[in-house]
Formats: sequence, structure tokens, C-alpha cells
Amino acid sequence: MVVCFKLIFVVLMIQFEKFQLANGLKVLVHQDTSTPMAVVNVLYNIGAKDENPAQTGFAHLFEHLMFGGSVNIPVYDEPLQRAGGENNAYTTNDLTNYYCQIPAENIETAFWLESDRMLSLAFSEKSLEVQRKVVCEEFKEHYINKPYGDAWHKMRALAYTNHPYRWMTIGAELSHVENAKIQDVKDFFFRFYRPNNAILVVTGNTTTEQVKALAEKWFGPIPAGDVYDRNLPKEPVQEKMRSLEVHADVPMDMLMMTWHMGGRFDAGYHETDLLTEVLGGGASARLYEQLIKVKQLFSSIDCYHFGTVDPGLLVIEGKLVKGVSMAVAEKAVLEEVEKIKQELLPQKEVQKVINKTESIICFEDMSIMNRAHSLAFYELLGDAEMMNQELEKYQAVTPERIQATANEIFQDRNRNTLYYYSKN
Amino acid sequence: MALDRIKAPLIKDAVDFDIQLKPYQHFTLDNGVEVYSYEGGAEEVMMMDLVFFAGNCYEEKNWVAAATNFLLKNGTHQKTAFELNDHFEFYGAYVNRTCYNETATINLHTLSKHFEALLPVVSELVTESNFSEEELKIYQQNQLQRLTLNLKKSDFIANRLIDEYLFGINHPYGTYSTAASFNNLTREDLVQFYDRFYKHGKAVVFMAGKFPKNMQSLMNKYIGALPLNQQVLPTYNHPIIAAATKKYSIVNDASSVQGSIRMARRFPNRHHPDFPGTQVLNNVLGGFFGSRLMRNIREDKGYTYGIHSYLQNHVQECAWMISTDAGKDVCSATIEEVYKEMAILRNEKIEEAELKLVKNYMLGALLGDLDGPFQIMNRWKTYLLNDLDIAYFNKTIETVRSIQPDDLQKLANQYLQPEDFYELVVY
Repeated sequence: MVVCFKLIFVVLMIQFEKFQLANGLKVLVHQDTSTPMAVVNVLYNIGAKDENPAQTGFAHLFEHLMFGGSVNIPVYDEPLQRAGGENNAYTTNDLTNYYCQIPAENIETAFWLESDRMLSLAFSEKSLEVQRKVVCEEFKEHYINKPYGDAWHKMRALAYTNHPYRWMTIGAELSHVENAKIQDVKDFFFRFYRPNNAILVVTGNTTTEQVKALAEKWFGPIPAGDVYDRNLPKEPVQEKMRSLEVHADVPMDMLMMTWHMGGRFDAGYHETDLLTEVLGGGASARLYEQLIKVKQLFSSIDCYHFGTVDPGLLVIEGKLVKGVSMAVAEKAVLEEVEKIKQELLPQKEVQKVINKTESIICFEDMSIMNRAHSLAFYELLGDAEMMNQELEKYQAVTPERIQATANEIFQDRNRNTLYYYSKN
Repeated sequence: MALDRIKAPLIKDAVDFDIQLKPYQHFTLDNGVEVYSYEGGAEEVMMMDLVFFAGNCYEEKNWVAAATNFLLKNGTHQKTAFELNDHFEFYGAYVNRTCYNETATINLHTLSKHFEALLPVVSELVTESNFSEEELKIYQQNQLQRLTLNLKKSDFIANRLIDEYLFGINHPYGTYSTAASFNNLTREDLVQFYDRFYKHGKAVVFMAGKFPKNMQSLMNKYIGALPLNQQVLPTYNHPIIAAATKKYSIVNDASSVQGSIRMARRFPNRHHPDFPGTQVLNNVLGGFFGSRLMRNIREDKGYTYGIHSYLQNHVQECAWMISTDAGKDVCSATIEEVYKEMAILRNEKIEEAELKLVKNYMLGALLGDLDGPFQIMNRWKTYLLNDLDIAYFNKTIETVRSIQPDDLQKLANQYLQPEDFYELVVY
């Protein structure tokens, strides 16, 4: 039986205007007069993948140093808080993003603060010393003091032999951050944190005219830097299955498998995204239903990917029910994977994951903060307008295309497996 | 003229902002269930929160309330767990449930156009859940494993123990799960609790977003016809039995590289006249990134990735909590610094400039927090469930605007006395 679902999609188009300053800074404006707030978002085209392999963790360390005062403003946070604003930042393997939300009437404060730290940081020894410690505590809190906290360090190093995705944003090892010198930090800053390597997005209760005037005033005088010609080592095609065994003081066995997948620009990206939803998105997804509920081999299981710009990893990871052997669990996962390769997905199941995607996009687009993040990210990919074309791309995905993508990705030679055993 | 980058641009003080909590709409279903709603927003999305008075303060056996709340979505007399989830997910909807102390919720987030297709099945969860033995068994097994894993984490243990010290292990706010809690659950426990506190329970509904035109009639058809709000809720009496000993140090993992520190004292609920002022004092102490604890212990000393203080959200009685994970060798130094900061707040008046910063920050953040229909309704939900009204909102804002250094010092002397604080480190 062919079931035909005709649903009307309701995702709103996000309107925006775009211009560029003489120093190369790209500026995007999205106006929303229904909110009293504004968001000022600065994305720097620098992620952990751009780091020197002997000095990893720098992009993330910078996320901390960027709050340690800039050349004309001793403390970043205080003036922002005084203006009723809040801020935060995040670092990924691909990019670093800084943002503040502020009552729209005080928007100029954000321009003043963000432009001064783009001009130059203060580079105080004290700030570096303290933030080195803070990052080390963050490292301990998330990656040492937590069961399975080192799993992703090990998996990245196993799956990538050459591409800098082989280390995490926190850094490959504590010592890289511990040994960071002020001169290293300065060099890193002036290489990457330049207007021509950044995207400024302003959303909320503002106008393009206002943003133009403020951007020219505050960011216009900042000199451009050398063009960063990103030339990262490529990851060779994996020819043979790889695996690693870990024995640690954790309460239960964990199985983690990854397969190389395409990057954000590759054909098959949207298919892969939906494939992970079919397998791992929610309580009606295949792995959850078959392996947790029906066969009861896992107590938790997920399937996901990171949406990285360069070719990434599709992940399946789960914790085994006590008493279940790793071999049995692994075989059961591979059976589900094989099923996807062999049998065409029912149209209704594909429609489900497309509908879920529509819903996710709608809910994400509710806040001016998320709209700012998305506009900046898609502009980094090449054109913010792509944000408005995403849903169409998902809608165009067919069961056949998902099956073809699954057959490309799910090959044994393309697989990396981490067997994480409980010592107890 | 050269650009002056030293001087900050002029700002409008957040204390001068006109901050309003927009009013809700209200209607009553045929069965007497009250519905509070707020319509608005640009996106075609909405949320519905069915709140039942079915929190753990009504349970007679540990974890029955939480397990009932969790498992009511895992099968009805008509549909399996898979069929339920598949239905919700086909429409891209999120149906979550959460169990609190007084209340437990079934929450729906959906595109507005699918509300009509989803509501009948949400309604089914209120009266038709079947709590099969098989689902219970899987739940028990997986929860046991999750507990075993969590018990490896110092922060998890610290959060449980500090609540136990404050309220007592038999109080709903102080209790927690053990392996026995899961092992002792029976299907009969869940069926009974469900029958009494969901199917024939007391409920109240909160909705926000863009509603379909026939929203009210749909609500009446699918929720208003259920046998809710017909019986009076049982009363309960859980005396607070706080621990006599105030200081604890526990080694959970000898190889741990950090300690989870919790320092807490009991504090009255939102109805107490000191609550709004103490929220300001809390922000000065540890309520945001620019707080004294954060500036001293993270930004000056680098002992931790983060340190926070907050007033808990409880209905009956709250606690004032300071929470951080710090390097193992600096845990004692961290605690000492926290007490130092308390002493400074007791002994010295806060500078006007710092107080103004905190006020502006709080009001600016509040303006952002009230941005959007879901946020507005969530604020109302908290108020209504705590028996508060717009006067409380206005009083809070007025307090933030007008509170003086003297007032804060007085509050610090009353509430920031070291001997009132429980102190716990879990390594």
C-alpha cells in the first residue's frame, strides 16, 4: 500500500540583510520588533581543527581569555551586565561563537565591547594564568572525573589518523593548555581573530540602518588581518576496520561505533541526518525499540552525528545491560544496520523523521538567539540564505536515497569500534 | 574625531525599563479543570502542560510517583509504548513527563496544526495507561543501571545528600532512590497511584503559543470529559527533620581529581517577605557570572570551572544553596573563601556601583526571560502553583529597583551565618 502524506509545512522564512565592511567583516541583520531584546553574535572562523597539533585546546582557551579584558576595557562582563545584558560563548571543532543578549535600547554597549576585543585583547599574564587553571578544572570535571569521560578522546584518535578532528575542543592533553605562553596566545589571536575572519550577526529589535552605523563606527576601524588560507590535512579513506579495547572502573560495559560520513557540503548530508533519526531519534526509533525494548540488550542507546563542516562521524553508542556480552550486543546493532541497508524504509517512517525535522526547525527558530546562531553558521558555510532552504532539502529526501547513503556509510572497513569494558 | 573606546556608550538603566508580565487568559473545562493560557508568538507552535497533583509527596512508598509518571506513556489498553511514541513522533511532537514534589506533568510541544491529532492520545495517557509487567521490568532494570552509573559521580551524590541533610530522608524534598526503591516497585503500586492521582486526580492546565481556532472545544472534548477534579486530594504531613550534624566529607572514589562541594541552609518559601530581597543578595553572592563567588573563586583563583548560588524552587520550604566542583587540593580553600565572602557581605555595605550593576543585570535578564509566549506562561505557572499573583511579580521588581545597601547587609546578617550552613564535600 502506498500511503501518501500531504502535510503543509509551516517553517517561517527568516528575513535578513547583509553587507560587508571595508575590512572584510561580514554583517547580517535580522529585525524582529516583537521583542524588547537584541542579540549581537560574533562568529570567528576558527575552531579546534585550526590548532597546531602540539598546541591543542587553544580555540577553547580563547573562549575563556576573551572574557579577561580587552585593550581598552579592563573587564568585559561588568559594562554588559550594567546595561542589562548577558553573554556566553561556545567552541566547536569548526568555529568559535560569542554572543550577548541585551535590551535593544542598550545595543551599542555590545558593539563597543565586541569590537574592542576584536581590536585586541589585554593579554594579561594574570588572566592567562587563571584561565589555564579554570580550563584544567573544566577538563577534570568533564573528562576525568566522569565515568566514560575519556571515551571520545579515544574514539577521535582511533577514527581520525590525519584530520585535526582527531582531538577534542578541550585539547588533546592537559599539558598543551598548561604550557600556553602569552606569546603563543598573542600569535593565535592576531592570526585568527580578525574582522575578515569573522561574521557579525545582529537580531532582534533593531534596524539595518542602526546596525550599519554602529558596525562602521565600532568595527570599521579595526584593521584586517592576513587572509587565513585553511589547508587542513585530509583524512584518507579508511581501508580497514579499527577497534580499541578499554578496561576501566565504570559500572557497565559500553559499546561505541563510528563510521565516517560526509561533511556539511557533501551530497548525502541530509540523508545521513535523517538516517540517524530513524535509528536513534526518540522512543520510537529503531535502535531504542529493538535493542532496549524488544531484545533488552542495552539500557540506553543513541545514534547521532555532530554536523561537522568537514567529513564527520556517524555514531552509535550504548550501555549494555549487565550480563549481556559485548559480542551479542555488537551483533544486534549490526543487524539493525544491515536491515537499513537491505530493506527500503517505509515511506511513513521517512515522513516521520522529516516531520520531526520540521518541528525542530520551528522550535529552534522561536528565539532571536537561535536565529542569530543559525544565520552566522550558514553564512560561515557560504550563504545564510541556505538556512531558509534546509527544510526543502529534507523534504526532498526519499527512502531510496537514505538506503543508498546507508550502504555507503555502513561498511565494515569504514567502521571504528570502542569496546569499553567495566573492570568490576 | 578619534573614536573613544575607553568610555562606555550611554545606556538606559534597566531599573527604568517598564517590565510587564502580560496577563493570561483563563477558562474552566466542564469537569472543573482550570486552563490558563497565553496566546502569541510568530511561529505556528504551541505547548500544553497538564499538571497533576501527583508528586512524590502523595506517595506512600518510595519512587512510586516518579515511576507512575514515567511509565504512563509506556502503553495504554489500546496502544503499545511503541505505537504511542510513533504517533507522537510522526507529528514531530514532544510528549514529556516530569515528576516533581507536589506535582507531576505531562507536557506536549507541537506544531499547532497537529494539536487536534495529538490531543486525543495525550488524553488517553490520563485514563488508559496499563502499566504492563514487562514495561515495569525493563524500567526497573534500566533505572538500576542508571543509578549504578550515577553513583559513580560525585556531583550526583552530593546533590542527594545535601537535600537529605536539609529536609530528612523521609521528606519528599530529601528523599532519593536506592536499588531497593526500584526492586520493590510492583505493578499494583503504580496502578493504584495512577487511578487515584491521574485518572481520578486533580489537574490544572497551562497552554501557550499559537492555538487552533477550536482549541477550547477540543480541550473540553478530550480533557474536560475526563473524571478529573471530582475527589478531594488526600492531605499529607511530612515534617522536616534536618540532620543534626552540619559538616560532612565523603570519599566516594579515592582516585577522584575533584570534590563536589555543597553548602546550604534552609530558607522560607516565596511568600516570606525576605524572599525578593534575598534574591538580590543571592545574585551579589553567587547568582550570575559577575557574582562575588565567581569573580573570587573562578576568575581570580581558578579553583573551579564554575560556582553558583541559588534559592531552591520548593513550594513548602526552600534552601539557599552554594554549589561547585573544585580541584581536590583546593576544596578546603574554596569553602574558606565562600565563608569569607559571606563575612564581607555581613560586615561591609555593598558599594552603590556594584549594587546598581546587579540590579540592572537582574532586570535586563528578567526582560529577556519574559520574551516569548512560553516564557510568559512558565512564569505564570510558577506563580499559580505557588499561590502567588501579579502582586508578587510587581513586588519583586519593586524590591530589585529600590533595595538599599543597608537592607542587603541586614539580610546577610540574618541569613548568611556560617553556623546555619550545612557543608558537604564528596570526593
